[in-house]
Amino acid sequence: MALVSPKVKAATRDDVRAGLTRRDKNVSGLVLQIVLLIAVTTTLLILFTLLARLFVPAMPVFAERGTGFLTDTIGSSPDKVGIWPGIYGSLIIGLGVVVGTIPLGVAAAVYLEEYAKDRWYNHLIVVNIRNLAGVPAVIYGILGLTIFVGWLSPVTSGKTVIAATLTLAVLVLPVVIITASEAIRAVPQGLRDAGYGVGASKWEVTRDHVLPYAAPGILTGTVLSLARALGEAAPLILIGAITGLLPRTSLDGPFTALPMTIYSWSAKATPPDSTLEFSEVAAAAGVVLLCIVLLFNIVAVSMRNKYEKRRTGT
Amino acid sequence: MNQETVVSESEGEIKIHMASEPAAVANTDPAVFETKDLSVFYGDFRAVRDVNLTIRQHEITAFIGPSGCGKTTVLRCFNRMNDFIEIARVEGSIRFHDVDLYDSAVNSTEVRRRIGMVFQKPNPFPKSIYDNVAYGPRLAGVKKKDELDAIVEKSIRGAALWDEVKDRLKASGLGLSGGQQQRLCIARAIAVEPEVILMDEPCSALDPIATARIEDLMKEIKREYTIIIVTHNMQQAARVSDRTAFFTTEVNAESDRRTGCLIEFNDTKKMFSNPDDERTEQYVTGRFG
Amino acid sequence: MHAFFLIAASTSVVISALILYTLVDGAIDFVREIPFSQLIDRSTQPGWFPRRERFDLPTVLLGTMIMSLIAMVVAVPLGLGTAVFLSEYASGRTRRIIKPIIEVLAGMPSVVVGYFALKFIAPDIVGPLFNPDKVQNMLAAGMGIGILTIPIMASVSEDALSAVPGSLREASFGVGARKSSTVVQVVLPAAVSGIVAAFIITISRAIGETMVATMAGGLDGSGARATNPLDPGLSLTAAMTNASGGSDNVVAGAPFQVLFFLGLLLFLLTMFLNLIGNRFVRRVRQKY
Repeated sequence: MALVSPKVKAATRDDVRAGLTRRDKNVSGLVLQIVLLIAVTTTLLILFTLLARLFVPAMPVFAERGTGFLTDTIGSSPDKVGIWPGIYGSLIIGLGVVVGTIPLGVAAAVYLEEYAKDRWYNHLIVVNIRNLAGVPAVIYGILGLTIFVGWLSPVTSGKTVIAATLTLAVLVLPVVIITASEAIRAVPQGLRDAGYGVGASKWEVTRDHVLPYAAPGILTGTVLSLARALGEAAPLILIGAITGLLPRTSLDGPFTALPMTIYSWSAKATPPDSTLEFSEVAAAAGVVLLCIVLLFNIVAVSMRNKYEKRRTGT
Repeated sequence: MNQETVVSESEGEIKIHMASEPAAVANTDPAVFETKDLSVFYGDFRAVRDVNLTIRQHEITAFIGPSGCGKTTVLRCFNRMNDFIEIARVEGSIRFHDVDLYDSAVNSTEVRRRIGMVFQKPNPFPKSIYDNVAYGPRLAGVKKKDELDAIVEKSIRGAALWDEVKDRLKASGLGLSGGQQQRLCIARAIAVEPEVILMDEPCSALDPIATARIEDLMKEIKREYTIIIVTHNMQQAARVSDRTAFFTTEVNAESDRRTGCLIEFNDTKKMFSNPDDERTEQYVTGRFG
Repeated sequence: MHAFFLIAASTSVVISALILYTLVDGAIDFVREIPFSQLIDRSTQPGWFPRRERFDLPTVLLGTMIMSLIAMVVAVPLGLGTAVFLSEYASGRTRRIIKPIIEVLAGMPSVVVGYFALKFIAPDIVGPLFNPDKVQNMLAAGMGIGILTIPIMASVSEDALSAVPGSLREASFGVGARKSSTVVQVVLPAAVSGIVAAFIITISRAIGETMVATMAGGLDGSGARATNPLDPGLSLTAAMTNASGGSDNVVAGAPFQVLFFLGLLLFLLTMFLNLIGNRFVRRVRQKY
């Protein structure tokens, strides 16, 4: 359509109407919309298929074993194994992350947002943290193997759940620092000014005003980091989690965690006389892990939504 | 030629009837827009109520009033920009050359090709000056370089910007000063040869000198376009406009929400010297707002 | 109090230093044992066979590259497409439903996606379509990694698109442009640096992905050099998981030390990519 001045053309009312009601074909726009829609539906379809292909093989396991699956130990025959050692290990890891990383991470964030001045070493710290957040999990595994299993073996007793906990705590630390920093940054400056205005010290303002306000955001980041720590498998492999038999769980002995059981069972060949297959129990373990991780994610997201609403006053 | 001027007044609505020569050619009809009981709702909340206006060709009409009274909301009805707000809804009618703008058969893209808009904060695209102005014509189908060159030059000249940028058309539009950016946006708007230009507080982000240049520009280009301008600045309305509409807000006692309404619509000279409504007088003399 | 918080923040520097130290120290040990020329295996059958002291670096590099490339082919269109849809076309209600679903996918543990790649993608998708020799192959692993990285691509892209001010879209509509023209000619060009950042960050994640590559890649510690995606392949990360001993408990010598060498490579590679990616992210923030 050539650009002809509509006001020259619109000599009559009918011309105006004709011009305004013209609809061009817009094929390219339609194609774009279809392509985008395909992208979204494909993504959703993939997720749906993934969940289905996890839950379906897992069903016979829960049907046959019930809660025994959760309380029995790992072993060599799929119809007798359970994920208790995995749950135990993951529990310890989760606890360790919350107790160890969160205070440290929040303290580091407080430093960066409230105390740090525009100095080179502070810039270095920030760049460093951002970089650490992007380091692959397997590298943290190497760190854990060398430091926590190796150097600190007097403390951790080698390839134990303690070493794994420390490793995963270090892994999620950068993410905790970053999310806590964002939460603290979001605290309105007016709140701090009010505190300083009545003569409070920086620490008092931070403790009494900034942190309480930022707490929901920090909590959201904590829960998400926890979900991440529980789902990582690569560091566990490097640290030396057990894949075979584990007679008893302990803090200073061989250990395993949920992701590891999934990993090892996925590859195991099923003995011929078992009623269940290893791929099925692997799926069942996956379901348990997924439910835990999903639960944490949902909790975190709904906390964040509530927090947003409170901030915007709706 | 017989001309009768009849003034009728009813609840803040003023219409001026002019008898023109009987002719089949309707473009001597001075009315470009006519609104009737126009109201805008956001969800259930009525933001503006019962606006009755007539906008005449080749005139500058100003909407004035305190903030929050719905002037911008009403302005955005004229080019269907409110369509982009999901919960926005229009009741009543607004007619452009006697065609209902909100008729379901009307294509809003075509509306916006004929009714352009300049925004409060200059918003040039992060493209070159040339590409900013050529954007609209290209979309309308102009492909040949010399045609585009001609349109770009004409539009930039029309916005009184040519001498300043003619040597750097390929430079980024963002590199211009605030006033120049706004003139670039005006050039961009007139490049698609609209009939009407809507201006939403176009000078509020600019310094007085840039403002003066744009006001001069407006008075020049009204020969070719019809302009509606929303402005916070009463003096500006007094300086540039031919007719002025004064809006204000009424507070709803129960919900404590404000609904905007049109109080008076008059010739600018009359509006600022001897307005009909007392509230108008209070506003223009600065006793309120 | 200042000192206490400073110490807390400095632990991150300590961690980085320790990572670098362990990687470099181990890598030096490895390189002392295995001369560099041996890393580019010139024998008749190049391949990664650590226990036979054959460390053909191109094998693992090719494996990582092919799997990552396939992952990008999956993640970029789906991730960017989802981002554009959510940012420009979806209604408020649609967005409120779909965004959390994407976040669910983001929280998916990699071992679960590895299971999915091994038990579904490889036998049920790649198998019937392409009929490869072996069930596990680089194509299946690459697709799994792609699925895992869709959310990060979508998320960073969507940030980039949201950062484009609404006033630019309004300006485009104001001259009578359609939605598709506005998206393609105004919004996407304005968001380009953010989308490039998304791209780079996604590649970095794909390269560092361990579990899917190990479980579905087909070679879990040693194998011949492969260039065909339908063949099983070995990624940098899969070679690392095996070098750490797995169940073999090999803890000394070159087959173990190579862990550090590969780790150093991976660390440097991902750090380099992340630095570039973050620079693009900052450019987005500065612009607006």
